[in-house]
Amino acid sequence: MSDRVSVAKTYKLYIGGAFPRSESGRSYPVTDSKGGFLANAAQGSRKDARDAVAAARKAFPGWSGATAYNRGQVLYRVAEVLEGRREQFITEVAASEGVPVKKAQSLVDAAIDRWVWYAGWTDKIAAVLGSSNPVAGPYFSFSTPEPTGVVAVLAPQQSSLLGLVSVIAPVIASGNTCVVITSQDRPLPAITLSEVLATSDVPGGVVNIITGRTAEIAPWLASHGDVNALDLTGAPESLRADLERSAAGTVKRVLRDKAGEDFTVTPDMSRLRAYLETKTVWHPMGV
Amino acid sequence: MWEYAPAPESRDIANLKPNYRMFVDGKFVEGTGEPLKTINPATEEVLAEVSTASASDVDNAVKAARRAYDRVWSKMPGSERAKYIYRIARQIQERARELAVLESLDNGKPIKESRDVDVPTAAAHFFYHAGWADKLSYAGYGPDPKPLGVAGQVIPWNFPLLMAAWKIAPALACGNTVVLKPAETTPLTALVLADIIQQCDLPPGVVNIIPGAGDVGATLVEHPDVNKVAFTGSTDVGKIIQRQLAGTNKKLTLELGGKAANIVFDDAPLDQAVEGIVNGIFFNQGHVCCAGSRLLVQESVADELLEKLQTRIQTLRVGDPLDKNTDVGAINSGEQLAKIKELTESGEAEGAQRWTSSCPLPDKGFFFAPTVFSNVSQAMRIAREEIFGPVLSVLTFRTPDEAVAKANNTPYGLSAGVWTEKGSRILWMAQRMRAGVVWSNTFNRFDPAAPFGGYQESGFGREGGRTGLEAYLDV
Amino acid sequence: MAAPTTLPSALADAVRDESSLRRFLHGLPGVDQVGVEQRAAGLGTRSIKKASKLHAIDLAISMVDLTTLEGADTHGKVRSLAAKAKRPDPERPDVPRVAAVCVYPDMVKTAADELKGTGINVASVATAFPSGRSTMDIKLADTRFAVEQGASEVDMVIDRGAFLSGRYGQVFEEIVKIKEACGDAHLKVILETGELVTYDNVRRASWLALLAGGDFIKTSTGKVQPAATLPVTHVMLQAVRDWKNQTGELRGVKPAGGIRSTKDAIKYLVAVHEVAGPEWLDPHLFRFGASTLLNDLLMQRRTQLDGHYSGPDYVTVD
Repeated sequence: MSDRVSVAKTYKLYIGGAFPRSESGRSYPVTDSKGGFLANAAQGSRKDARDAVAAARKAFPGWSGATAYNRGQVLYRVAEVLEGRREQFITEVAASEGVPVKKAQSLVDAAIDRWVWYAGWTDKIAAVLGSSNPVAGPYFSFSTPEPTGVVAVLAPQQSSLLGLVSVIAPVIASGNTCVVITSQDRPLPAITLSEVLATSDVPGGVVNIITGRTAEIAPWLASHGDVNALDLTGAPESLRADLERSAAGTVKRVLRDKAGEDFTVTPDMSRLRAYLETKTVWHPMGV
Repeated sequence: MWEYAPAPESRDIANLKPNYRMFVDGKFVEGTGEPLKTINPATEEVLAEVSTASASDVDNAVKAARRAYDRVWSKMPGSERAKYIYRIARQIQERARELAVLESLDNGKPIKESRDVDVPTAAAHFFYHAGWADKLSYAGYGPDPKPLGVAGQVIPWNFPLLMAAWKIAPALACGNTVVLKPAETTPLTALVLADIIQQCDLPPGVVNIIPGAGDVGATLVEHPDVNKVAFTGSTDVGKIIQRQLAGTNKKLTLELGGKAANIVFDDAPLDQAVEGIVNGIFFNQGHVCCAGSRLLVQESVADELLEKLQTRIQTLRVGDPLDKNTDVGAINSGEQLAKIKELTESGEAEGAQRWTSSCPLPDKGFFFAPTVFSNVSQAMRIAREEIFGPVLSVLTFRTPDEAVAKANNTPYGLSAGVWTEKGSRILWMAQRMRAGVVWSNTFNRFDPAAPFGGYQESGFGREGGRTGLEAYLDV
Repeated sequence: MAAPTTLPSALADAVRDESSLRRFLHGLPGVDQVGVEQRAAGLGTRSIKKASKLHAIDLAISMVDLTTLEGADTHGKVRSLAAKAKRPDPERPDVPRVAAVCVYPDMVKTAADELKGTGINVASVATAFPSGRSTMDIKLADTRFAVEQGASEVDMVIDRGAFLSGRYGQVFEEIVKIKEACGDAHLKVILETGELVTYDNVRRASWLALLAGGDFIKTSTGKVQPAATLPVTHVMLQAVRDWKNQTGELRGVKPAGGIRSTKDAIKYLVAVHEVAGPEWLDPHLFRFGASTLLNDLLMQRRTQLDGHYSGPDYVTVD
């Protein structure tokens, strides 16, 4: 062992492209799978969630208005930067999830590849889900998928990186922006991921990451009037029905129970489709 | 008077080498065909000597592609193929400037275009198709569409790197391996692409690039172990290939010539129409199969438009392709220049009225000043034959029906342009155009996400988009 | 409605009454946003080097309307601006002088006194600048006051509210009257393109101002974002070019606000050269409304002549 005293990292929130502490001034200790202390994480509050929604809304016009090609390049860039910090993530995932290094490696590799998978989707979603509609009349009609808006994501509680990436990437691939409540007990890889996002051309506010108690913050997002969709993946079992009821107040799109989802398997389109609206356009044809 | 000082790109950036070799089975090897000399059409100087393929070299290349297909590429998961293709895209972006300068040297196109269009669009094609490699089951061709095998691809000289990208990217994404023959006069950027492919560590034999003349192409497409033939070039050669392949099981796609109508209605945004017409016919010296070579203008605005058009064309700067301020570069070859001259002379002889920009032309090299023929009728050769040069033929019409009739009155059917502020007329016209691409209030737009290809004698099959994958799948 | 000059019959018809003016303006060919922006961006890639760059810098300096339009303006500020206008780079007497100094009406006399005999014009904004929200009497008084104080150029604003609600005749009349009030002073008509929003509106407002006798059409007050942009200037350059083709008269264009760097200024000059034509490369027909631009031009001029980069401490701040 070297005598050098290491410099410990402070884990903060990620809102609007910046790394603030919780406005509440709270933090909570994060431990490894055996109960050993790892670090303190910021304990986000409802006001942090409110700020994050405002940041996500502000980022929405720019991000949804970017070309699909541009979004694909940005998501691919995330994969590149993540690959460059592979070792760091392996260490953090192994510590957070209590898995052997080899398993952590394969989880991190899968997380990198997941970004590549969704990077490739950005400019293909419309071709697969859109249509030109052969309506019975002198009209040209087409339907095209569009992002729904701001998505509140309750990230999976177990899979601290691969699961997290698997729920964020499909939201932003199609042009939505999001507020993510991380795994409550395994939040550290999420904050390190936010450092990757901040340095890989993802505009500030497109992804906002809050650590803390899911049960405390989730109800505020579920009822928030400026949130368009809600992903319940990491919601506590006891809260699911209540959150869904809250979401009904503004008719949010709710991605319900994907519990038990195996994140190591290549996904299908369902997480992409969950946050898309279909817009149909009609126009007459004539001289 | 304010003259722009010359602003040339340095030709050193092209890393030009005296000799280029063909790329087979992951290695650069000497071909046993007669070497060719590729020249700079702007100066007529020899740029480099390039080895070419003999029949046995073609056979070796196809064998290498077959081995790579059987042993590696067809078995590799799509997600891993994808990452190779992404690497190629990134390397093209990283070496963009080198590729752009080399392209302008070898082809004669202005650096502005090679830099802003050819190279970035080539990278975009690899990016786009990389994404498909692991998503083919979503493309609408069934749950698990299979590749075809070895693709033999022959490309033209007008967009040497971009056409290579259009051919190679979808072939690889779908799981095929490739033997590609670049054009005789423009082999260099395809061979730098081979260098990129080598640096990206693609398994040997997945992509093979064999320079040579038409005979090499003929040998390639006839090779019995080629499963798929893709050709972009002249309609005459396309017909020969279609005949050659008759009776075989080879899948064929052809992207051939065109004689596009660019139709301007009296309510069009005229200043932008002028830009679109200029872009439509003078982009890449008019060496574009989908060039808007026939301007159909509504009689009520014909004089006004023609006047604006001539004023605008007069500002086009013709000259050194490496000068960043050049708008129109060199004609790719002496042969092509002769063809353009012959056709323009026929236009004058047949009674069309010729106007040519008085812009100065360089003393050396193959150059042709932007030219507009008015009073053109459908019967004239300049209205029917593909000139493939900076020459615009102007015809007029009175009603939409007449515009449709004249636009479609050609054996070709690659592209068309419609200029009007009225949305319903755009759609009405688009529905009636017998052409694979219809541009409205714009022209010459290309995107990997948008299928491109022709009707009738402009060929069959599409490149780009979901539709373009069909050409490389066994469906 | 009275046409200010003898116009060709088609244009004289256009200003016969309110409804013919409306028909004329709405009959102008549309402007395709994507197309004009692409063309402007394309021209922006022109590479201007060496001697032609130095020439462009000097030309741009000679086209600057050096401007201060702040609530905090003082006579001292205006005097120092006038000094800057006379000697932009005190160590380099060969630097051309700027075209004009542009101030509020109450500062005109100060500027005129300072600039007497230099050939540098004094321009004044007028007509309830920048909003234009006042009565016609006040706008006229504002204009007369500026001219009496010694302004040889007047930069008026149009009533954007009237324009956007389609009262074109009212806007026309206002310009005609202000033009009369200007006497010999040159009239620049500020369209405030950032509030007109569409290029179609910019084209219509340009023609309206030209028909009413504006000597210049000017993009912006500088108080509204976006101020001058290349595509907007492009559309206005097309208007003066078409005006010349129809009438034989040369009218000017002045982009103002947001042009801060030499690189930007050169892009505008390229547009002038290739859209309107070389004869517009003249301070009588093209101006930049700017304040910080001048110092960047001076720095880049030094870079060109000295062969190394200069810094902001080597040009004077006034």
